[in-house]
Amino acid sequence: MSIAARLQATRGAFTLDLDLAVSAGRTLALLGPNGAGKSTVLALLAGTLHLDSGSIVVGNRVLDDESTHVEMEDRRLGVVFQDYLLFPHLTVLENVAFAPRAAGKSRAAGRALALAWLDRLGIADLASARPPQLSGGQAQRVALGRALASDPDLLLLDEPLAALDVEVREDVRGELGRHIREWGGPTIVVTHSFDDVAALADDVVVIEHGRATQRATVRELVQAPATSYIARLVASWSDD
Amino acid sequence: MPGSARRNRRRGVLTPVLWIPAILALTLFGLPLLALMLRAPWARLPELLSQPAIASALLLSLGTGLVSTLIALVLGVPLALVLAQSAQWPAVPRRLLRALVTVPLVLPPVVGGVALLLLLGRRGLLGQYLPFQLPFTSAAVVIAQVFVAMPFLVLAVEGALRASDRRFEIAAATLGASRFTVFRRITLPLVAPGIAAGALLCFCRALGEFGATITFAGSFPGTTQTLPIATYLQLQTDPDAAIALSLVLMLISVAVLIGLRDRWVPGVTG
Repeated sequence: MSIAARLQATRGAFTLDLDLAVSAGRTLALLGPNGAGKSTVLALLAGTLHLDSGSIVVGNRVLDDESTHVEMEDRRLGVVFQDYLLFPHLTVLENVAFAPRAAGKSRAAGRALALAWLDRLGIADLASARPPQLSGGQAQRVALGRALASDPDLLLLDEPLAALDVEVREDVRGELGRHIREWGGPTIVVTHSFDDVAALADDVVVIEHGRATQRATVRELVQAPATSYIARLVASWSDD
Repeated sequence: MPGSARRNRRRGVLTPVLWIPAILALTLFGLPLLALMLRAPWARLPELLSQPAIASALLLSLGTGLVSTLIALVLGVPLALVLAQSAQWPAVPRRLLRALVTVPLVLPPVVGGVALLLLLGRRGLLGQYLPFQLPFTSAAVVIAQVFVAMPFLVLAVEGALRASDRRFEIAAATLGASRFTVFRRITLPLVAPGIAAGALLCFCRALGEFGATITFAGSFPGTTQTLPIATYLQLQTDPDAAIALSLVLMLISVAVLIGLRDRWVPGVTG
């Protein structure tokens, strides 16, 4: 499974025009400052916003173009939201079992599948906990499990570490990278942090003012940053 | 109390000029209830309440109040969803909708009863086509109660919907849940406390309904004579029975008040 998208949308004075391509087993980072259009990209991919023109194709399925608009619930995307949005009235197990249940699996089958995911992510002991009782790192793993349990064609992570305390970020980032690689599907990480890019991504698209200003592998980006924004990010990262 | 206000760090503007009317207002709320309690024929209470006429009024009130609340839930929760959604509508239809939902709150209930008669009465706009007679039946009691009480539920649920984070619904949709599954498994449970509070308020208001009911449904013992109507009529023939009925109604109100507390619907209960 791979994805190819040409995203064109205008909202007021802001215009987004961006090509994205991710192949199976690769993780693409969409790196950019606040206001560059990252959340518009997410909204277009997830289907909460409509494209003005362009297309989104996942595998051989057209999700969006001039004549098609596949609804959010039929897009088969796993989204890990910045603040996770775990359902507060459900247990961890019920959260992860939500997508299998919505897909028509029986209660028992949904729970078994959810438990397998929790086990794989090393948090089976949290199955009966409620989201408010979780630490940030635990909540993030539950959110990842919930997204992956929907058997998505594409995994979308929105600033996956922004909600975490600085002390735990490094550990959680390492874990997250490992789980994404184990899962093996195409992944897009939206972030403004070069730490996330360096730890999670294979390829990078830098987005500034709604347009791609550089496409590169992480290594190329470090060696030859194309804009002053990237140069500053890379420099402050190497200083650490 | 003045003493505790003085202990507060921020005393505000409360001077005797304002304390006195405030206490008068509280007295106006409290003293009549005190009078009711003091004058109640406690010893005769079991005997009074077991009179067949009173027992049937009590049963009728509880029955119609419950049915009205159920109908208000089935119709009112979807209406609350529409009302919450209408925040994104243009101004004219949005205000029209809100005005329509609020009308029964500000309309004198008697006027509501007259309006219902003109619609559903034997010669009414719709009533003339009905194969059966609606006014002066228990069904009319229920319709009058729903008319007057449903806005309480709708506004309470709408408040809860607005206060809830709608992004949970987006998260559920990305996980493959259909609109109805999102409603059933995410929206409803998240606003359940607001729905419960709204249903309690609605039940309470339905139980106390007088004006619309007596106008549209009349006062036939056993079929349309609800507790408040029975209380009013008893006052002229057997005041002790009226007091006993009032006590029952008050007891139910207090129970609802305790059930609500103030954590459920900030906008409605403080």
